[in-house]
Amino acid sequence: MTPQLGWLVPLPVVLPLFAAGLALALWRRGRAQGVISVVALSLALGASVTLLVAADSGPVVAELGDWAAPVGINLVADRVSTLMLTVSFAVTLAVLVYSLAQGVEDDNAETPVAIFHPTYLVLTAGVADAFLTGDLFNLFVAFEVLLAASYVLITLGGTGERIRAGTVYVVVSLLSSLLFLAAIAVVYAATGTLNLAQLALRLPELDPGLRLVLQVMLLLAFGIKAAIFPLSAWLPDSYPTAPAPVTAVFAGLLTKVGVYAIIRTQTLLFPGGQLDDVLMVLALATMLVGILGAVAQNDIKRLVSFTLVSHIGFMLFGISLSSEAGLGAAIFYVTHHITVQTALFLVVGLVERRGGSTSLDELGGLAKAAPVLAVLFFVPAMNLAGVPPFSGFMGKVGLLEAGVADGRPLALVLVVGGVLTSLLTLYALVKAWNKAFWQPVPENLRPVRLPRRMVGSTAVLVSFGVIIAVLAGPLYGYTERAAVLLRDRGQYVLSVLPDGQRGEGHSADTTRDPSAQAASTPRDVTGEGVTP
Amino acid sequence: MNAPSLALVVVVVALVAVGVYLLLERSLTRVIIGLVLTGNGVNLLLLVAGGKAGGPPLTGQTPPEDMSDPLPQAMVLTAIVITLGMTAFLLAMAYRSWQLTGHDEVQDDLEDRRVARRAALDRAAYEDVDAGTEPESLDEAAAEVHDETGDVGGRS
Repeated sequence: MTPQLGWLVPLPVVLPLFAAGLALALWRRGRAQGVISVVALSLALGASVTLLVAADSGPVVAELGDWAAPVGINLVADRVSTLMLTVSFAVTLAVLVYSLAQGVEDDNAETPVAIFHPTYLVLTAGVADAFLTGDLFNLFVAFEVLLAASYVLITLGGTGERIRAGTVYVVVSLLSSLLFLAAIAVVYAATGTLNLAQLALRLPELDPGLRLVLQVMLLLAFGIKAAIFPLSAWLPDSYPTAPAPVTAVFAGLLTKVGVYAIIRTQTLLFPGGQLDDVLMVLALATMLVGILGAVAQNDIKRLVSFTLVSHIGFMLFGISLSSEAGLGAAIFYVTHHITVQTALFLVVGLVERRGGSTSLDELGGLAKAAPVLAVLFFVPAMNLAGVPPFSGFMGKVGLLEAGVADGRPLALVLVVGGVLTSLLTLYALVKAWNKAFWQPVPENLRPVRLPRRMVGSTAVLVSFGVIIAVLAGPLYGYTERAAVLLRDRGQYVLSVLPDGQRGEGHSADTTRDPSAQAASTPRDVTGEGVTP
Repeated sequence: MNAPSLALVVVVVALVAVGVYLLLERSLTRVIIGLVLTGNGVNLLLLVAGGKAGGPPLTGQTPPEDMSDPLPQAMVLTAIVITLGMTAFLLAMAYRSWQLTGHDEVQDDLEDRRVARRAALDRAAYEDVDAGTEPESLDEAAAEVHDETGDVGGRS
């Protein structure tokens, strides 16, 4: 327990929000805005890294306004959330540098700084809040914050194509938010609380049928955000039209926030894996349908978007095993996928810049024309496909091992499906490589110099993906410990509600509800997380 | 014991039903009205979740057992503000869509368009070529095969 670090927990949310206001106020000074954004995100990254180290010895809890937990809203930084937080801030910082360079190059045509920077900072604040929050309604607010920012970013500039793609994206996202809100209403009606720790105590007392309804409603809402197969059709159509840095950060973070919400609610609120079989089937369908879509594409941006859908299936695979090995591998996979998918979208942005198109038919000969770009594409592409020295390979091996260890027939089918998906990913990306980087150089290829800072920030992100592979040992250990913590719900509940009733903040004791007094103590939950 | 009013539940059902119906329309304006109605329905559901209405939840003014639950009301306020903001954004998008294309209909996504083109290609294979119909471009054929809005042509 490190209570003296509690003040650090809100910083990853507060700093970007504060900076967003400041950046908006200074909308005439583009350079100042850039400095503000970089400084705010760097500080938030620093805070996240500190929390990452601190959370390894126990969850760090902050009660906002010092209101005691079930009444007040709390932020909980445990192993999973701080790991997600650190990776996401590292990625957003790299993308910010990329977009700054692009803004300077293009005279801000693609990313008008006055709007872009405040919105981008609000997006990162929303993502951070979603990772940290310990309250279901606050999770909804965090989703709305990041979605509202994403609506602005995806329609940036308001061109016809972006409005067309944005319309679908906005309407689908709003619908998922409404589903989430309805789920919150039913959860509150059934349990009288929205604090995640208190829900973990009260949900087991509910009727199993009602609990299943709640689980399905929440899964549906998060499934749309995470782009799980039958609910994924919106993604490959809306992402590719946005500017490259925006697509990159969306692809890296927004779907993963949905995956994180699924991990959190499935482990903390609904342990026991009632829906595991359904999740397994969905994981298989997501992997296969997604990758078959990617194989059929002839536009490199859409191709990469489809691989994104497909690889969400891998994370769902790990979650659906509901074992420590599966969950640990899934968290490792999320970490790997955030960096590699973002890097790949940034590289595709550079490819579009250099080759003048995203259609694989019109691209060609880039390996000769831009060898550095070829290396930058090749590394994350192979990483995504899961070719051995890289982190994608380790994540996939972890998942496959967990699947084989599980031993159920459906899990074994998923193992085969996972291998098949990896091969098809390799096929799709090699096809893209062959068409865009080999082939004769097209005659009308204009000599474009790629801005050094854009290449530099992409290179940093690509090498970050490689570093994950180098540090895979300690990182994998961390994700496994995170998975153990997730499955041991008692520790989470105890750190939020030390006596099983209230948090450590100060608020007058007004609960006279006798049922609350009779509620089970955390000791009862400790054993329940582990299923035989 | 703490049953909410049945009238509110009926209103929730009606709002959500009408809202979902409108959401399935093609015109963005109707979709927006549908989202607003569904949103209000869900907000009302959140209010219903708080149980029976009671006195103002102030200690000293109302005895604790007669108080209404303040938490869902605070949440509904938050949700209403969010719905308002999103509606404003959607209206701006509908207006921009109208500025650009002259209508506010949600357009096909690219994949749909491509599938429709394939369907149009297939149809050409077994249609009587000598029937004397005007040769039309593949895109027009695709629009005719797929577009549910009825008025073919005049759109990008």
